[in-house]
Amino acid sequence: MHLHKYEKIWLTFGIGSLLVFLIVLGIGAFYQGTQPPSCLVTIDPQNVQAHESFKEESLGLQKVGENEYVVNVLASAFQYNLGKDDKGSPVRTIRIPKGANVTFQATTTDVVHGFQIAGTNVNMMLEPGYISDFETTLDNPGEYTILCNEYCGIGQHTMSAVLEVYEP
Amino acid sequence: MISKRIEKPDARLSIGFIYIAFIALFLGGLMGLLQTLVRSGEFTLPFGIGYYQILTAHGVLLGLVLTTYFIIGFQYTLMSKSVGMSEKQRKWAWISFTMMVIGTLMSGTMILLGKANVLYTFYAPLQAHPIFYIGLALFVVGTWISCFVNFSQLRQWKKKYPGEKSPLMAFMVVINMLIWLISTLGVAATVVLQYIPWSLGMVEEIDILVSRTLFWYFGHPLVYFWLLPAYMAWYTIIPKIIGGKIFSDSLARLAFILFLLFSIPVGFHHQLTEPGIDPFWKYIQVVLTFMVTIPSLITAFSMFATFEMTGRKKGYTGLFRWLKGLPWKDVRFLAPFIGMVAFIPGGAGGLINASNQLNGVIHNTIWVTGHFHLTVATTVVLTFFGISYWLIPVLTGRKLTKQINKLGIIQTFIWAVGMTIMSGSMHIEGLLGAPRRSAFSNYGGTQQAQEWVGYQIAQAIGGSILFIGILLMVYIFIKLAFRTPKGEEEFPVAEYADPTERTPKVFENWRLWIGIAAVLILIAYTIPFIDIIQNAPPGSPGFKWPIGNT
Ligand code: HEM
Ligand SMILES: [Cu+2]
Ligand SMILES: [Cu+2]
Repeated sequence: MHLHKYEKIWLTFGIGSLLVFLIVLGIGAFYQGTQPPSCLVTIDPQNVQAHESFKEESLGLQKVGENEYVVNVLASAFQYNLGKDDKGSPVRTIRIPKGANVTFQATTTDVVHGFQIAGTNVNMMLEPGYISDFETTLDNPGEYTILCNEYCGIGQHTMSAVLEVYEP
Repeated sequence: MISKRIEKPDARLSIGFIYIAFIALFLGGLMGLLQTLVRSGEFTLPFGIGYYQILTAHGVLLGLVLTTYFIIGFQYTLMSKSVGMSEKQRKWAWISFTMMVIGTLMSGTMILLGKANVLYTFYAPLQAHPIFYIGLALFVVGTWISCFVNFSQLRQWKKKYPGEKSPLMAFMVVINMLIWLISTLGVAATVVLQYIPWSLGMVEEIDILVSRTLFWYFGHPLVYFWLLPAYMAWYTIIPKIIGGKIFSDSLARLAFILFLLFSIPVGFHHQLTEPGIDPFWKYIQVVLTFMVTIPSLITAFSMFATFEMTGRKKGYTGLFRWLKGLPWKDVRFLAPFIGMVAFIPGGAGGLINASNQLNGVIHNTIWVTGHFHLTVATTVVLTFFGISYWLIPVLTGRKLTKQINKLGIIQTFIWAVGMTIMSGSMHIEGLLGAPRRSAFSNYGGTQQAQEWVGYQIAQAIGGSILFIGILLMVYIFIKLAFRTPKGEEEFPVAEYADPTERTPKVFENWRLWIGIAAVLILIAYTIPFIDIIQNAPPGSPGFKWPIGNT
């Protein structure tokens, strides 16, 4: 098979940049630890309360250390359960100080949902039987939309909440 | 060896498939328009029709029906033209067609009745009516018959001309049908072994991650099954239309073989943000995903080499002046050319989507919808339109008139403008975080959600322009199928620039390539798939109420 000279240059350049690109991705993933969310913990989707993190009283924002938080989220069609406030009404807004280390931990009691915080890198699928988690630091104060971005039924566009990152 | 024209019975078969494709284009396009209108926030659907019902119809009609029927119909003409078709093969082809149509009608009816608002990806544990899944299964089995008809067509030709290299068109069709056959084994497995028994109530629960993994084992090769027929036209037909020659037979075959090898073992790149899959295996499949850039680079080179050689042969010199030698006023060239141009941003977007970590920025945002309206709904669809301008008259014994050619150029222009607006605003809105597969919502009144509305209005404008394009295309289709003057339209088949070029024999060693494809699939999937099964959580019962299937 004959390859034209320009074609050789073109393919060498193309395949070369491909290699560099894949190495960069690999270093990012395995050396620097930015893996896509891939939690391997399973759970019984019909009895999520059996898990410590998804008991009624564990839901929502939990302070677990100096400047360290966990947010436990229980998704179901068509809402995110983020626990209850002092008055006993469901929490719709989570407030986190800027720069804190936060882990979002979520699962679903029924169908597949998404969990995305628009304007951040927090974006993961919630699937029955699995816990999904995402650890991050939110550095920019402001109001962010939490929403479901995977089709979960005819009310999926109503499935949302708010995250506020404030100046401590 | 290339037969002069398509025999009547063969033509009837192909046009049957293509009729259905154009009906799907019209209905699906109407749904698309309605979606953009709803999402603008200024419009609500009448008669209690649901947004997700029309979205299911849109995805199924355009993503599955239009594409598959057009492709199989077009591929049959390529086979008739290059290797011929026997009586018996034609009979089986009609059986395939009939099964596909019955399957399509079954699933379609369930969508119309609102019993299957599950979108074209039908993710469990959302549960549609069993007839929806049974229809899908019939449709897939119907397409398999077409695979085997195409394989037997080439085998028969080989017997007649032993030792000769197979015609390029037939070679390409067989590669594409191999990709389809191998990949649909995945959806067929999940539909037949999981969804059907579960929706019929024969089993209580379904394993979600297994069903999703089997679905995406099919879902990515699906997009190459759409793209390769466009490449077939670019490689074997466009050179003739522009008055040039095929740049290289071996390169074309090499590109197609690489697609066979690398388009299948890559489904995890659609599951990057999912729990339950080890990130090591996600990365392995990301690497394999990027291998398909190589055949696309080869294709880009071959195309532009053909264009430049043709322009220069016509006497245009200079660095870019050869572009003048191309037939810009011939819609059979212009429409696919605009499709090629759309593949530059489309392909670049695809690289972003598959980039392991970067995927998290765009996953399930409306960016993704913007992306595949560039790739499939522009690159592939405009090439299919470009094919239709000569293929339909060839099949119906009519002529492509000057007037239709002109309308076609306007159609191409409308499509390009409408899509630039719609897809462009989808890309930007997606980067701002707005989700796909969502009816209009103000998301509890956040500032962000307010900023998205402007882009959604832009999408409605782009969508309306596109719908005008669809109406025009349907008009052109009707003209070419029933109205333009009778005559003999040319079936353009390109010749080789260098007819003495020797193509390596190994390219036709089917056992070898299928074997390597199988090994790559086994490497990419065996261990993670066993992990998924061994570590499976309890299964899920069906959920009908969230989709209104009560
Ligand atoms: C008039 C032209 C078109 C318009 C206005 C249009 C509009 C849209 C819109 C707004 C969506 C996204 C809705 C959402 O995510 O909520 C969508 C989805 C989609 N479109 Fe189109 N589209 C058009 C043509 C096409 C064509 C020609 C194809 C395929 C060849 C196509 C394939 C799809 C697919 C597969 C989806 C995904 C459905 C899903 O996510 O379930 N569209 N379209
Ligand atoms: Cu949801
Ligand atoms: Cu893909």
